[in-house]
Amino acid sequence: MELFGAIITLLGAIFLLIASIGLVRMPDVYNRLQVGTKATTLGTILSLIGLAIVIPGWSGKLILLIIFVMMTNPVSSHVLARAAYYIKLPYTSRTVVDKLKVSDKVLNVEMEKRYGLESKTLKVK
Amino acid sequence: MVNIILSTALAIIIISIAITMIRFVKGKSSVDRVIAFDIMTIASIAMIAILAQLLGRIIYLDIALVYGLLSFLAVIIIAKYLEKSL
Amino acid sequence: MKNFSITFIVLMVVWILLNNSFRLEILIPGAIVAFVISLFACRLCNVFVDMKLTPKAFAYTFIFLGVFFIDLIKSNLDVARRVLTPSLPINPGIVEVKTTLKSKFARMLLANAITLTPGTLTVEVKDESFFIHCIDVQDDDIEGASKDIVKKFEKYLEVIYG
Repeated sequence: MELFGAIITLLGAIFLLIASIGLVRMPDVYNRLQVGTKATTLGTILSLIGLAIVIPGWSGKLILLIIFVMMTNPVSSHVLARAAYYIKLPYTSRTVVDKLKVSDKVLNVEMEKRYGLESKTLKVK
Repeated sequence: MVNIILSTALAIIIISIAITMIRFVKGKSSVDRVIAFDIMTIASIAMIAILAQLLGRIIYLDIALVYGLLSFLAVIIIAKYLEKSL
Repeated sequence: MKNFSITFIVLMVVWILLNNSFRLEILIPGAIVAFVISLFACRLCNVFVDMKLTPKAFAYTFIFLGVFFIDLIKSNLDVARRVLTPSLPINPGIVEVKTTLKSKFARMLLANAITLTPGTLTVEVKDESFFIHCIDVQDDDIEGASKDIVKKFEKYLEVIYG
């Protein structure tokens, strides 16, 4: 049983390694966020579940850590994606569609209302 | 046997933090660096939990919890600052 | 009242998990502190008001968690495949989807679930439209994308939050 938990922990570590490789290889900010959020969330959850199987007495704190990681990780990645969109970081050239740009005029009005500054139109590079 | 596998997992996590460091140095934009920082913290939460098992101290899990809390706040505040709404 | 009791129960569960014991001298201070906090903060955190407390809602919560975990694992295998393929098979883009959920907390859960499932990342939420960055765009009109991405979670959340 302990061996099984240790192997699950090893699997989680491998997912963390995949996340870091993807972070180096991906071409633009949004794709890096995609890899960074998903692979690290599953990697951490698997590592902590494996440890909870190895030592069942610690499972209370480990469950608290798992819930915490699951609640905060998507929120922080969403906030970073929105910040990247509003400061107009360029896309990769392989991007096919941008529906948010269609309502760019609405976005400009809202940016002016929120920050009082005039924002230029987004350029797809 | 369990300790050997857990040590291997620890080594893999340290290697992944080192690879993330490449993106942290190369960067290009500040958001890239914040993402790299976020991934390094989450990997180190897993690292601290494994170290707690290897050294047999439950108190290290509290450190992991506080570490995650602080990094979440830091990421949110940096993103707010970049959006110029702070 | 419902608000107050749910806040109290959540705080107590966190306290017990943190201390990992049921001894009386740990439970009593925790209960006092949780009572005071939920007395003052129950007006602020009104996210739980829309939650229904029927048996059917509980059953659907567990089904939702199950569907969510299966999707989480599928998405990770998919992303791992894309990262490790030498030619990087990505086809990214931002699409718009519409949701029919009314409750704020349900929308937050939906956005989190979307962020953690295959190749999708919520970029912006405006009223009832979600703007989602996909790593592999299949269908770029509103109805098709909504059917692909949102529907599988929405039908459970609709039962839980009404």
